[in-house]
Amino acid sequence: MTSIPADQYVTDTSTDITEYWIDLFLGIKGNEYFCDIDDDYIRDRFNLTGLAQEVSHLSLLVDLITDAIDMDNDDRSDENRKNTEHDARVLYGLIHARYILTLRGLTKMFDKFRTGDFGFCPRVNCELHPLLPVGLSDQPRVASVKLYCAKCEDFYNPKSNRHAVVDGAYFGRSFPAMFLLNYQQAIPVHSKQTYVPRLFGFKLHEYSKLDRWRQLQRLKLEDRLRKDNVEIDDVQGGFETSKKESQGP
Amino acid sequence: MASEGEEDYVPWIRQFCKLFGHDYFVAVSHEFIEDDFNLTGLSSQVPYYKEALYTLLDYQVDTIEDVKNGGDSNNKNNNNTKPGKPKHELPNRVILDSSAELLYGLIHARYIVTKAGLTEMAGKFERNEFGSCPRYYCDSMHLIPVGPLDISGQETVRLYCPCCNDTYVPQSLRFLNIDGAFFGTTFPGLLVQMFPEIENQCRIRLNKYKNEEFGLRLFGFRINEKSMSGPRVKWLRAVPETADEIAEYDKCELRLPWGEGDDADEEIEDDEEDDDDKTMASE
Repeated sequence: MTSIPADQYVTDTSTDITEYWIDLFLGIKGNEYFCDIDDDYIRDRFNLTGLAQEVSHLSLLVDLITDAIDMDNDDRSDENRKNTEHDARVLYGLIHARYILTLRGLTKMFDKFRTGDFGFCPRVNCELHPLLPVGLSDQPRVASVKLYCAKCEDFYNPKSNRHAVVDGAYFGRSFPAMFLLNYQQAIPVHSKQTYVPRLFGFKLHEYSKLDRWRQLQRLKLEDRLRKDNVEIDDVQGGFETSKKESQGP
Repeated sequence: MASEGEEDYVPWIRQFCKLFGHDYFVAVSHEFIEDDFNLTGLSSQVPYYKEALYTLLDYQVDTIEDVKNGGDSNNKNNNNTKPGKPKHELPNRVILDSSAELLYGLIHARYIVTKAGLTEMAGKFERNEFGSCPRYYCDSMHLIPVGPLDISGQETVRLYCPCCNDTYVPQSLRFLNIDGAFFGTTFPGLLVQMFPEIENQCRIRLNKYKNEEFGLRLFGFRINEKSMSGPRVKWLRAVPETADEIAEYDKCELRLPWGEGDDADEEIEDDEEDDDDKTMASE
């Protein structure tokens, strides 16, 4: 048992990993933002409505993702197999965008959000608030995935280059909105702090003026919301919408 | 006492700038350091100031270790050149290194607000050596290093984006132990003022995304303001555009036009740096 030839050992592990297509996919570097999709969600044809336009051989790909067929025993050419594998990844991404809007998908993404799998906001005043993935378009091949910070309500580029090639459509334009609608406890306290450049301690006038105008917009917003019976609480570190009474359209 | 091969000797400053994580620093010229006026007040902030200063300028400095290893014969020779420096007052090598770094950092913060320093830092800015803004709508605007405070040992270096007017934590972990005071609070503001081209670059970026809809959407619909998860910080990136907004913006010239003017009080702060003048007479 102790003297296993090196090549045999390698083939051994590779067959081990390919046992589940989804696990293999999630293990690829750069795919850290994805969560795993339940088999029955993928098999339900209703959830795949319209995706046949994006990829060809939909049924084959579904079988591949759910491990109903084994590609290794297939008699296709290498080129063909490579294309099929690529299409399967695209399909998985597009199903993923739909899945994370469902209750089960949201729960899985909430766990990932809590552990900071999507990274943290680089803005100083956000104090490392965890980010959420978002696409700028629901159409594939438009823009790569971006990250949304719920604290400053802004979009950021992922820190690592390997995430810059992940398609934003695999997460969708709606995900953060749906996420925050469902997990109101995840809505953070918004910081009022802003940065104004200084020269030897004195604020630069132009920037200071703009900052004052922005603060004015904030005060007007708070005023407007209070008139609409939305309570805004001043809390330590900023302000938040009062969570006692949940209302909204 | 001069030891290690002098041909391939790298000056202390050049060596410091090459260290891991010191990518943001520029080399301060010897003339700047040798001018005592530029060092006003630093002697009280840096332990073993004289020894540290000599280290920066590549003079030989004795440490406790040197005296111990060199033995008594060396010690006797040194006594001739440096009278009145008992053994127990000599700095330890590690302490001397750290105070030399501290002194260099503080001089660096002063140097980069001079004309020569600004030009050198502007070159680094142009070459994008401080990284790009992570914010999507800033379209990889180049960043400028800034210290949140001018007091050393308090905060690490941050990066200022002139486009969104905000500060960010450096992307790479290696900058997380660089003191912010080594760049100072003044530097980014001065750089932007001295090179109006930077503001021009920002304006191009602002116009590029002028018509883009910031904020979240759910199945194509914007979230209503009255909703729990509605937009709350749109003001943070707002820019006055319509005639009404510009009129309102002009009213913000000197104070916040809100309520009875009570809110304007928060604008008047007095955190000027007064450390220099007080310590002037100490050296």
